[in-house]
Amino acid sequence: MRLREERVKELEELCRQFRKDVLTVLHEVQTGHAGGSLSECEILTLLYMECANISKENQEAADRDRIVLSKGHGAPMLYRCLAEKGFFPKEELSTLRQPGSRLQGHPCSQKTPGVELSTGPLGIGLSASVGMACANRLQGNGAYVYTVLGDGELNEGTVWEAAMSAAKFHCDHLIAIVDWNKVQLDGKAEDIMPMHHMEERWKAFGWNVWRCNGHSIAELYEAICEAKDRKNGKPNVILADTVKGKGVSFMEGTNAYHGKAISDEEYAKAMKELEV
Amino acid sequence: MGKALRDVYGESLLRYAKEHENVVALDADLANCSKTCLMGKELPERMFDVGIAENHMIAMGAGFASCGMIPFVNTFATLASSMCALSAKALIGYSRLNVRIMGANNGLSGGYDGATHHALDDMSVMRGIPGMLVMSPSDGVMTDWMVRTLIEEYQGPAYVGVPRNGYENLYEEGESFEIGKAKQLTQGTDAAVFAYGLSVFRARKAAEELAAQGIRVSVYDMFTLKPFDRETVLRAARETGAIVTVEEHSVVGGLGTAVLETLAEGGVQTCVRRLGIQDCYTHSGAYEELVTEFGIGVPAIVSAVKELI
Repeated sequence: MRLREERVKELEELCRQFRKDVLTVLHEVQTGHAGGSLSECEILTLLYMECANISKENQEAADRDRIVLSKGHGAPMLYRCLAEKGFFPKEELSTLRQPGSRLQGHPCSQKTPGVELSTGPLGIGLSASVGMACANRLQGNGAYVYTVLGDGELNEGTVWEAAMSAAKFHCDHLIAIVDWNKVQLDGKAEDIMPMHHMEERWKAFGWNVWRCNGHSIAELYEAICEAKDRKNGKPNVILADTVKGKGVSFMEGTNAYHGKAISDEEYAKAMKELEV
Repeated sequence: MGKALRDVYGESLLRYAKEHENVVALDADLANCSKTCLMGKELPERMFDVGIAENHMIAMGAGFASCGMIPFVNTFATLASSMCALSAKALIGYSRLNVRIMGANNGLSGGYDGATHHALDDMSVMRGIPGMLVMSPSDGVMTDWMVRTLIEEYQGPAYVGVPRNGYENLYEEGESFEIGKAKQLTQGTDAAVFAYGLSVFRARKAAEELAAQGIRVSVYDMFTLKPFDRETVLRAARETGAIVTVEEHSVVGGLGTAVLETLAEGGVQTCVRRLGIQDCYTHSGAYEELVTEFGIGVPAIVSAVKELI
């Protein structure tokens, strides 16, 4: 299924705004993860604003869809999406990582409205998502679980334990999306820990696999729709090709802005680029 | 030996799961040891064996709990406190999820399997997680009560160290217990003995032997290590002036440590002897032989009390 062109444009514009807002907050508080927030922007925006049945009104409903940001350091973009959905005021975004704030460095379900699962230590979000998907099936509510993983996170063995379980328990209402930005904290993913044959790996673990441009709203949407339609008893993964730091030329494809504070000069330059 | 507590646990879990549809069990290829195999047989749709993947299993339990279910997650106690600690801390404790982490073969009850399979740090690790309820039952009646309470009443994360074997019951059917409140088994003002798990049975036996020699001791079942019944510890210290702690656990970080913390902060000066594994590795052996060798059997408790008073 295709998303209307008009809607694609609206969401693209929203992404541009979200990138600016997130960088503004990160510059203001001088802490937080820029690179991964920028690479996951289209994925989270599309999930929250279009695909997932999640709203402030249904946040307690058993049959709501769930979004798990397993790569918890991408919290700034998650918070921007939640604010847009009305879970808390947008003004609160500038309290990120500050004492007393509801917006912790990594997502905390006990503190932040709309956060489904506390995450941060990598590699355990997919496991919890398998539990959610099994619970949803037992409860017969038809809800979907969307789990966003980082590609560096796939180094963790637990991810593959979860992958085996999801296949064994036929979690076809689980859709994992890998923000495949190919850069992790210490450097290029291929240097830190090469993850060859990514598509074949997931297939071998019994998953339906899609690969698409993770910065294309239209492509992501199509992949998600196909995953929802497949219903063959297998879990689904979308390998989304992304660029770390996407949207800001000097942040793209480098680990330098994984978690580095943004200077005034860098901020001004980034804002200028994102105006276009 | 009486009925094995793991059997009581497996039967109780099945019984209460039949009454409560929101209960699920997860196991990591140990269902025949933890006895969740009973649930797997009768309620297969609510039994999830994830294979040998403990940390994944605990995190998967968090997912169930976040959807309003009550997962009983099962593995050896020694693995629960090491391989599963990350998810227990960062997912379950942090989010106050109703996950019940069940540590099978706690203490030395892994016997012949040796040091790697003896759980001597589970209580210590779990005590360190904020908001985690930490318990270990001493007999079948209490085991059944714990399972029921964790399904029907208690809200929040919980860890239970379940002994593999068991002695004859200490309590009558229908006995009532309160989380965080020690249970007193014998009365005496010469000394107080605090224990949990199967050590309680041995402590009571020691008290009987001491009574025959004219020494009266109070034996307390500290089945809840967290929240810890400080009030009872302080009162017993004031009444007796001599405290012995007994645990199938390292003396670092368990019951003995909790008692010392309580006494120090409560400003009560008391003679204390901590019986437990003295910060060393154990080895393979028959359970009762290990209990004797590592100084937590009846003779050791009797000697410790006599030396103190």
